[in-house]
Amino acid sequence: MICRRTVVATVLAAAFGTPIAAHADGSQDIAQLREELRQVKQDYETRIRALEKRIEAVAAPQPTGGGGESAVPLSANRQDDTWMPDADSAGYVSAPSAPSAPAVSVAASAPAVSGSASTASAFNPAVSVILGGTFANLSRDPDKYRIQGFVPGGEEVGPGKRSFNLGESELMLSASIDPTFSGQLTASLASDNSVSVEEAFMQTHGLEDGVNLKAGRFLSSVGYLNNIHSHAWDFVDAPLVYQAFFGGQYSQDGVQARWLAPADRFVELGAEAGNGGSFPGNGRNKNGVNSVAVFGHVGDDIGEGGSWRAGLSYLRTSASGRAYDDTDSTGADVVNAFSGHSSIWIADAVYKWSPGGNATRTNLKLQAEYFRRRENGTLTYDTTGQSLGTLSGAYTSAQSGWYAQGVYQFMPRWRVGMRYDKLYGGTTDIGLVDSGTLSASDFSSLTSYNPSKTTLMLDFSPSEFSRIRLQIARDKSSPDEADRQIYLQYIMSLGAHGAHSF
Amino acid sequence: MKILSIPHVPARWLASLFLTFMSLLALPAHAAVNVLGCEPEWAALAAEIGGNKVRATSATTAMQDPHRIEARPSLIARTRNASLLVCTGLDLETGWLPVLLQQAGNPRIMPGQPGYLEAGTYVARLEVPTRLDRADGDVHAAGNPHIQQDPRNIARVAEVLTQRLAQIDPANAAYYRNRHRDFSHRWNAAMQRWNRQAAPLRGVAVVEHHKNMAYLLNWLGMRSVGTLEPKPGVEPSASHLARLAGQLRHDPARMVLRAAYQDPRASKWLADRAHVTPVVLPFTVGGSSHAKDLFGLFDDTIQKLLEGAR
Repeated sequence: MICRRTVVATVLAAAFGTPIAAHADGSQDIAQLREELRQVKQDYETRIRALEKRIEAVAAPQPTGGGGESAVPLSANRQDDTWMPDADSAGYVSAPSAPSAPAVSVAASAPAVSGSASTASAFNPAVSVILGGTFANLSRDPDKYRIQGFVPGGEEVGPGKRSFNLGESELMLSASIDPTFSGQLTASLASDNSVSVEEAFMQTHGLEDGVNLKAGRFLSSVGYLNNIHSHAWDFVDAPLVYQAFFGGQYSQDGVQARWLAPADRFVELGAEAGNGGSFPGNGRNKNGVNSVAVFGHVGDDIGEGGSWRAGLSYLRTSASGRAYDDTDSTGADVVNAFSGHSSIWIADAVYKWSPGGNATRTNLKLQAEYFRRRENGTLTYDTTGQSLGTLSGAYTSAQSGWYAQGVYQFMPRWRVGMRYDKLYGGTTDIGLVDSGTLSASDFSSLTSYNPSKTTLMLDFSPSEFSRIRLQIARDKSSPDEADRQIYLQYIMSLGAHGAHSF
Repeated sequence: MKILSIPHVPARWLASLFLTFMSLLALPAHAAVNVLGCEPEWAALAAEIGGNKVRATSATTAMQDPHRIEARPSLIARTRNASLLVCTGLDLETGWLPVLLQQAGNPRIMPGQPGYLEAGTYVARLEVPTRLDRADGDVHAAGNPHIQQDPRNIARVAEVLTQRLAQIDPANAAYYRNRHRDFSHRWNAAMQRWNRQAAPLRGVAVVEHHKNMAYLLNWLGMRSVGTLEPKPGVEPSASHLARLAGQLRHDPARMVLRAAYQDPRASKWLADRAHVTPVVLPFTVGGSSHAKDLFGLFDDTIQKLLEGAR
């Protein structure tokens, strides 16, 4: 109580001090000054009384009083506040606050949230949970899915399973660590009862000169879609380029530095260094940096309703004995492995438009990305010696792909979208085939092909925390008959309101 | 055919990149304090107090729903260069401001710094919920955030803003205090005028689109008898509107109020069936042709309410 009084006294001193100093130079203002002073005094007296009442209320176990209005927090008594002479029967809470003492305002202003609850939990991280699930109808057996011509790898390739599926449930915890750092953990609970760490990083906030540093495991900032969590995607699955070249999304275990230029236009440059453990790299048991990425983004507005961002990224990873399953010319299942370097260029662009910049009723989002990957190294055939014996030879490939998509909200809550995917198998030089040691049919999954896919979706969002989606796709990722895919999906977001990036 | 002329695209990109770097070099050395208001009313207030010593811009316009703003690249760039950020707070900007703050790498405007002014914490708040449950819609834990429609709140924030400007730019502290005193004079006189003009509005019953008129209604002693949204942030539905129209037969309202950025269809539907006058309020600076500044905002608001109540 004594402590509160001291704070209030300090507040009064500060609040009275400045206006007097500011107003003391005009003699004709004295009458008005007196009046203002009287009003301020009255105001603060009222608020001190309010504070005292509140302190009493907090001290008492349960405030009784007649105020049964639902809009009034339990710990705050209703009162008539002379500062608001027009206060009518609509009950409101007077939150005592003073310009120079935000601490007082914070302590007193959120009784409904913190109340007299123990402060031990007040510092708990913000928690949010994403629940998702699908019902899938796939015309072709998903166990035999492959993207023809592209060395398979990564975890999130293919259309998933048939029938009802529990999607990834994400648990996200985030909080400031101290004035310099904040941290975030995203754990992914898969339907097979396994838990994986999707992201766990610390980052600086409010460092000088537009610099942001990040360390830990994080989704790389290359490309556009790569660092967007799957629950915020506009379609059920990732574009084919992401599946073929990243096996889903590329995540770094490493560090990232970003710099935002002091310009009126958005210009951002960044670099990452990591252990290169995820596809197209793999764990190499080597010291130093095994994966490097650099990226640049520019963006701006076009008029009041439009805005865009474009980027160029480069990623170089290394692999040592990156194994994949294949079938050779004898029909035997063999394990082949690639060792070498992969370098990927990505160009990405996104444009969003809404009438007058008000996206509530209708809005449009266009997005496209182009990938080009070169792989250089050696390809080892039949590493386990199951068929014709282990053999090694040079391997180079140059492959590319792109997707373009548009999503239009045609009325509140309803959106419709379309995506087209294309991959180019390009040229693949396999030393063992060129030298005649083996035939191309010994590497059946690498036979060049240009896969394509067309996807349509319709989604309905009852609120910004829930979404239900219908998606149909014709997936021609191999020369076999196209896979006709139908999905029904729900995505629900619980807990802390996460902010979404552009 | 033009769309297919692919060779032109890289050239455009290069030109764009070149221009960007030229603009880097050409960035003027601003002597003025760079103020970014999250909403137009705060940019307007900063211009009133700061005069030619500040460069005040708003992240949003009166035609945009402040709850639903994209964390656009241009906003990140402007946040990076701001010396003072003036926002309503109270979770109004929770869907986009955290992204701007995180990506801007600007220590001056981080929460807790003099350059971060959360206006909502300096005023008496209405509708602080007693229970927090998203089943009640998009509720704001710290109370109704649409504080700018009560001129007494503007006066309160003007005091804090003056102190902050004096703190950030001490060389011009006297200038800011003088301008604030001048503003207060004019504002107090205007408030007396508005109170007089609005006397006939006392006790008038209205329907709101979203619960964003609470401070205005509280100030003018008007009554809200319902909202077009069944729950805050949930789009008006046909069944809810029909129920509301039925309710208005027993408990009539004179007007149905909405902000300039809100969809007119639900208001029109109700107006046609329940004999209430649809009224579009500017809601913030720039929301109508008359609401060119803060004074115009309230002049026009009261004018429109008086016309609607007739």
